[in-house]
Amino acid sequence: MKRFLGFVRKEFIHIFRDVRTLTILFGLPAVMIILFGYVVSTDLKNASLAFLDLSKDDVSIELTDKICSSGFFEKTADLSGYQDIDRILRSGKAKAVIIFGEDFGRDLEAGKNARVSIIADGSEPNIATLVTNYATAIISGFNQQLLLAGQVSVPVIVPEVSMFYNPSLKSQFMFVPGVITMIMILICALMTSITLTREKEFGTMEVLLVSPLKPVHIILGKVIPYFFLSFVNVVTILVLSRLVFGMPVNGSPILLLAECMLYILLSLSIGILISALAKTMQQAIFISLVGMMLPTVLLSGFIFPIENMPKVYNWLSAILPPRYFIVIIKNIMIKGTGFAHVWKETLILAFMTVILIGLAIKKFRIRLQ
Amino acid sequence: MTRNPVIKVRNLVKKFGSFVANDNLSFEVYEGEIFGFLGANGAGKTTAIRILTGLSEPTSGEVMVAGFDARRQPEEIKKNIGYMCQKFSLYDDLTIRENIMLYGGIYGLGKALIRERTNQLLDRLNFREYGDRLISSLPLGLKQKLAFSVAVFHEPRIVFLDEPTGGVDPITRRQFWEMIYETASRGITVFVTTHYMDEAEYCDRVSIMSEGRIVAIDTPAELKKQYDAESVEEVFVKIARPGMKHGKESETADNKREA
Repeated sequence: MKRFLGFVRKEFIHIFRDVRTLTILFGLPAVMIILFGYVVSTDLKNASLAFLDLSKDDVSIELTDKICSSGFFEKTADLSGYQDIDRILRSGKAKAVIIFGEDFGRDLEAGKNARVSIIADGSEPNIATLVTNYATAIISGFNQQLLLAGQVSVPVIVPEVSMFYNPSLKSQFMFVPGVITMIMILICALMTSITLTREKEFGTMEVLLVSPLKPVHIILGKVIPYFFLSFVNVVTILVLSRLVFGMPVNGSPILLLAECMLYILLSLSIGILISALAKTMQQAIFISLVGMMLPTVLLSGFIFPIENMPKVYNWLSAILPPRYFIVIIKNIMIKGTGFAHVWKETLILAFMTVILIGLAIKKFRIRLQ
Repeated sequence: MTRNPVIKVRNLVKKFGSFVANDNLSFEVYEGEIFGFLGANGAGKTTAIRILTGLSEPTSGEVMVAGFDARRQPEEIKKNIGYMCQKFSLYDDLTIRENIMLYGGIYGLGKALIRERTNQLLDRLNFREYGDRLISSLPLGLKQKLAFSVAVFHEPRIVFLDEPTGGVDPITRRQFWEMIYETASRGITVFVTTHYMDEAEYCDRVSIMSEGRIVAIDTPAELKKQYDAESVEEVFVKIARPGMKHGKESETADNKREA
């Protein structure tokens, strides 16, 4: 046991003396959270709009005010005619143009349907969709207001949509669980495979194998520090996303942390397995990044919904641990569900962990022959 | 010298599939001796060392190291041997003292004992003031000497040196061999492989491997006499030459004399 502790201590020294390791370990999660939280945000904020108001009546002015005061939009230009639309969209000064026709006020007074046109810049489809959706929502809200005030009399069916669990549809709620999932794979798999192959490359592994330390102790000794640090990392990310984005933990924090531990264990065993396959640190990095990072980002449901994928990718994603972990973590954090709703995914992860650890140990043994 | 064998190998065979890496090796190494284990690359040296150090299992045959069976008690063997490989084996980002503390701890030595021996060691090597320097800041020769000192730090019965002087300048090599002699005089058996044939001359006995077999084993002086050679290097070249390989020592020597 004393032998083993000395060995674990040495691994901590390695980590804390290497600036690059420390940066990846603690800098990366913070950067990722901020990056995905702010930069990759799919929320709309102060999108530039141009208005072409040919009607200039009370209602059109009121609606314009309402759109601009929503916080989602900002009026950047008042156009004087249809000929300006193309110019303003091309210049990029507006993401969309909202047009009130000449008949807008008159039609409304006459009890007819009044039309508002929204012309969006389709060269950026995501933003165009967001802009039109948001604008439509504001207009139909305004519609309803008119209806209640009795200013218009046409009965319309107005859908009332409300979002459960994430009422304001914050995109961070989607990214934070994904980032945790990704970072754990990155740090655990990448770092452990690097640290193990480093010993191989430098020839120290041979000396360790010839020593009375058992192979299991060598692996554990190298992995335990990363287990600890990864756990610290998870907690840091959770606290950070809480403070910066107000990301809640609606379910049991203990269950959440327990699931994180399971996932860390799983990622670590992937790292050990990679180190058994890779001969050099570069190979280990390559396998970890291309083999683990990419599928995690693309196929785990982190960004792109699994339901929309072609069948083949759907099957492929079924063998990816991150897919299940994302479900677990989203359920616990956002929906606040208990173990009863995530036991299936947990079981799959536990099963994968056992298999991976078994494989890793077997591979390590083969190398000894 | 007492002829008390610490390594006993009888009919050792190691196969990888159909490839025979070690073909029926039999030899003994005695306590306190410096045993040179020579052979061209791919002759099977590394395989044999891996078996002797408990890293690999023999396919058949009997291997006893430090009184333990390599097949059944590799863990016991590991406690009684030291090992230094051709690649440098200390951790660059740890200080000298931390490295020693780590390896001493792995071999089960107490902290007080490690500290005491570390001070002795640093005094002996004349770099007490460098004790808290990182290994990466030391010149290669010093590192190599240090790696050897660490390999015998726990006073093993046998120390295995796998091409310990690769890439080291001649002066350091000489100092290195002085350390080897000093270690052997303390009763630690030294089992060394090397590419430098002049180093083979320093050994008490050498064995020469070729194509998985030991084709010669004796003192350097006796080998030179048998093969009518000036140096071990000449012996090595004669043995390694095709057509004169196995068990024709006396004939070859006789032919040479007649010619």
